[in-house]
Amino acid sequence: MIETLFFYLFASITCLAGLMVISSRNPVHSVLFLILAFFNAAGLFVLLGAEFLAMLLVVVYVGAVAVLFLFVVMMLDINFVELREGFQRYMPLGLGVGGVLLAEILFVFFNSADMPETVVMVNEVSNTRALGRILYTDYIYLFQLAGLILLVAMIGAIALTLRKRENVRRQSIASQTERTRADSIEVVSVPSNTGVKRS
Amino acid sequence: MEITLSHYLSVSAILFVFGVFGIFINRKNVITILMSIELILLSVNINMVAFSAFTGTISGQIFSLFILTVAAAEAAIGLAILVIYFRNRGSIAVEDINVMKG
Repeated sequence: MIETLFFYLFASITCLAGLMVISSRNPVHSVLFLILAFFNAAGLFVLLGAEFLAMLLVVVYVGAVAVLFLFVVMMLDINFVELREGFQRYMPLGLGVGGVLLAEILFVFFNSADMPETVVMVNEVSNTRALGRILYTDYIYLFQLAGLILLVAMIGAIALTLRKRENVRRQSIASQTERTRADSIEVVSVPSNTGVKRS
Repeated sequence: MEITLSHYLSVSAILFVFGVFGIFINRKNVITILMSIELILLSVNINMVAFSAFTGTISGQIFSLFILTVAAAEAAIGLAILVIYFRNRGSIAVEDINVMKG
């Protein structure tokens, strides 16, 4: 009973937050509603018994992706009112396509014959342990590939946004480490009453 | 009332449609389009995890993990492109992105 209650709570908040993401005027509010949607989707995952993925959703999405969005939205100086033009113009088309899509998907769900009805909880080991057992054995190549994708994404993002500006004084590490004692220090014995003469 | 698989699939369908709808109505705002794509990927994840839980196989959650990875990479690359586009052009309007058009 309590699970039903929580399902409807999480599901309704997720859907409402999704609606607010696309209809909010201020993109900062959109990002915050996106975070709300992710939190409630994590709640749905917990109800389904996928605790590890729920925590991953909170850590990766809320902690990294949403904050990245927030940074970009706040750092770019954009006139967002201008970008709202055409909202009314595309509304009928969007409503038509969305309505047809939703009707089709729901039609398929409620007319398919043998949907599984109850959650099959595999309670031998914890969810995280079960995921680890299968991820590092059966799916090891895909796991390595995922790491490669992340590496490529990281290098790509850095290479895209790195810029070399002119007229900026910056540290030259190569020439600093190249210096030796011989060409940077000179020991002079100074006779009294003559002063130091630079050679 | 028992929560069945269809309930979860309905939530994910609604989220998916909101994502597609968001791409349609925010035609000029790339940031909102990227967020709509995130919504679509989230709905796919809910689908995967729901099927995984209701059929008792854990592979669906593995695939959800990989979708999460790809979504994070996509968001990072997309936002990087957005930043350099804004640096070059001073706007992020989608309709201005037609310089490559012949």
